[in-house]
Amino acid sequence: MARNLRLLGFLALIYASLSISGAAVIRPINEAHQSAALELFVPINGSFGSLEETYEALKTFQILGVEKGAEISHATCPVVVEKLGSSLSTSKDLFHALRVNSILGCQIDSRTFEDVASKLQALIKDANSLLDFHYAVGGLLYIKDQGINVILSDADGTFHSIKALSQSDGRWRYDSNSAESSTYAAGIALETIAGVVSLADRKLDQSKIGIVKNDIVKLFDSIKSYDDGTLYFDEKHVDASEYKGPLSTSASVVRGVTAFATVASGRLNIPSDKMLGLAKFFLSIGIPGSTKDLFNQIESLSCLKNNRVSIPLILSLPSTVLSLTSKDQLKVEVTTVFGSAAPPLTVSLVQAFHSDSKDTPVLENQELQFDSENTIHYLDIIPLKLDVGKYTLIFEISLHDPENVNTYATGGRTSLMSFVTGSIKIDKAEIGILESGAGGSETLQKLDLSRDSTLSLSANHLQKLRLSFQLITPLGHNFKPHQVFLKLRHETNVEHIFVMESSARQFKITLDFLGFVERFYYLSGKYKIELTVGDAAMENSFLRALGHIELDLPEPPEKAAHPPPQPVDPYLRFGPKQEISHIFRAPEKRPPKELSLAFLALTLLPFVGFLIGLMRLGVNLKGFPSSTVPAAFSMLFHAGIAAVLSLYVLFWLKLDLFTTLKALGFLGVLLVFVGHRTLSYHASTTAKLKSS
Amino acid sequence: MAKSTSSDAQMLIRSLRTAYAATPTNLKIIDLYVVYAIVTAVIQVVYMGVVGSFPFNSFLSGVLSCVGTAVLAVCLRIQVNKENKEFKDLPPERAYADFILCNLVLHLVIMNFLG
Repeated sequence: MARNLRLLGFLALIYASLSISGAAVIRPINEAHQSAALELFVPINGSFGSLEETYEALKTFQILGVEKGAEISHATCPVVVEKLGSSLSTSKDLFHALRVNSILGCQIDSRTFEDVASKLQALIKDANSLLDFHYAVGGLLYIKDQGINVILSDADGTFHSIKALSQSDGRWRYDSNSAESSTYAAGIALETIAGVVSLADRKLDQSKIGIVKNDIVKLFDSIKSYDDGTLYFDEKHVDASEYKGPLSTSASVVRGVTAFATVASGRLNIPSDKMLGLAKFFLSIGIPGSTKDLFNQIESLSCLKNNRVSIPLILSLPSTVLSLTSKDQLKVEVTTVFGSAAPPLTVSLVQAFHSDSKDTPVLENQELQFDSENTIHYLDIIPLKLDVGKYTLIFEISLHDPENVNTYATGGRTSLMSFVTGSIKIDKAEIGILESGAGGSETLQKLDLSRDSTLSLSANHLQKLRLSFQLITPLGHNFKPHQVFLKLRHETNVEHIFVMESSARQFKITLDFLGFVERFYYLSGKYKIELTVGDAAMENSFLRALGHIELDLPEPPEKAAHPPPQPVDPYLRFGPKQEISHIFRAPEKRPPKELSLAFLALTLLPFVGFLIGLMRLGVNLKGFPSSTVPAAFSMLFHAGIAAVLSLYVLFWLKLDLFTTLKALGFLGVLLVFVGHRTLSYHASTTAKLKSS
Repeated sequence: MAKSTSSDAQMLIRSLRTAYAATPTNLKIIDLYVVYAIVTAVIQVVYMGVVGSFPFNSFLSGVLSCVGTAVLAVCLRIQVNKENKEFKDLPPERAYADFILCNLVLHLVIMNFLG
């Protein structure tokens, strides 16, 4: 996740520089691409996924010179062998398996290859869609590379079938049923036709080759361009069902055209500028963020590196910023797309324009010298008296060997952007307080702007503050930087920023406080003074604290605007929050404890009265049974009632209803049984007494 | 006239007392029990009148337990009274068992409501 973010950030940076400058920063492929490939193509459990993805990864690593075969072959070779041996594999499976094998070099015997070859030959006879032809012919080519003798029996017929799918504008359809034509399909078709030509047993008719060459020329008519001179292919309709972006489409066309150019005799009529434009398109992407994009980019550049149409030569600046202070030289690199050496050539700076004067060139016709040790063309800019600023440099390449003109694409005049930076001298800096009115005395003090100062000025609203200085470039001219700001900051952090104007020779500002009283929100007090001077071409841009000024402004009227609230520290919201005072329901008034206890005693009094009354009535226990068993039952009866009542007390004190009911059920049954015995005994005793 | 009313009242009370003395002891016990229960209820109502009715459920359960047990005692008295022809065939032990059982159920509910 972090890696992808970093790559995306890098890509965003490239895109940002693209959008700002308008011209792409084009550099040949370098180690950054190698590390990107290692980060993007990460094998999981020793394999890259499907065979198609495995091929993309292995091919990219092969072109970039990274050895990955040993890691992968252990997990991938069995899959390859299985696919090649299985009778259920489609032409697509066989194609991908053969591709992967061509890089990995798995141990496969020639019998298997011959079987696969005959299967593919049979498939070609029955094929009717472009992709079927592509996979079968491609597979046969890979088998031929393994040393097996493969001949395409009906090369003419195959050629006709593929050609039948082409359209008049140079595009191809995928099969005879589909109505849409596609540029991507055109690339595939050209690659397949190149394969057919190389597999044929005798040379194909030259007229057929000529027809295909015409198709390629028509296809190149539909090439699109960006403003910075890069060229690319895209589909006509962006909402087509099989839409692949400009990168995939251009990669497909480049593959097809370069493959065809290799097998076709004679030259293809494609201007070298178009090949250079395509190469610049692939390089201007920078470092892609996805595996497929990286594969397309690297593989197409590899096809362009040694193609038979014209080999693009890339002119680039290793560093676009030249410093006068460190006496840099203007360095230019001319290499192939992968950064390897170009044929002998000379680079000349045809014109150089300063951003201020876009019509008159500052320099003309300077030839760059060649440093063969570092293969760099360089030019000393110090003797040329270039001032600081942004420059548009126009270069031209002239090849030493006239025969190379047809082989290489140099691209005529190349326009590149460059910055020349230097140290700006600040001179004659003065600051002071002036009285308002024309006849005011000027007591300005000198200021050294190479370091912070601690001035202490004071002014009231009737006076003016004046600051002026000169900015001189290393060559002695006046310099107008992008940013010249004076900032006054009050103690309460209310800030006011002023832009300084430049007259013919100097920068100055006069702050008339009378006019600014309302703008300053009538805030009197200490204001800190800060001066900022900055520019892209200035190496010593600075932000200087100049000291402070004590301003005395009049009182604000009632309707004066208040200063804007200063931003609160955003981390304050993580601090402790305001205390919440909850509002509880006021508890009920309870009676004083003594009163409650008094009434408790009062409530128990009637019980005492009841007992006294009972005694007065002459209550006795004569009716209690005397013999053992009934007596026991009676005792149990009374004990049971007492137990139930004490259970109730326990229930009130701490038990819950369910426990109580359980215990009550148990006690109740007991009580009923015992009570029944006791009472029936009592009843029988009373009846006996009555009858007797 | 007043004198005769007061003496009439005195005579009424005296006759009531003599008649009451003739009731059997067990009925007198039950009457005493009823009086005890009612007095307890009255004291609780007075307390509530003094301190307010919070918590109301406790007050209700207290008063209702007294009143309920008084009512059950009255039922017992009716059933046990030998002069009551309606309950001639009901043995007093049976009435007493009913009284005990209903009291236990009443007090379970009361205890639950007491809180």
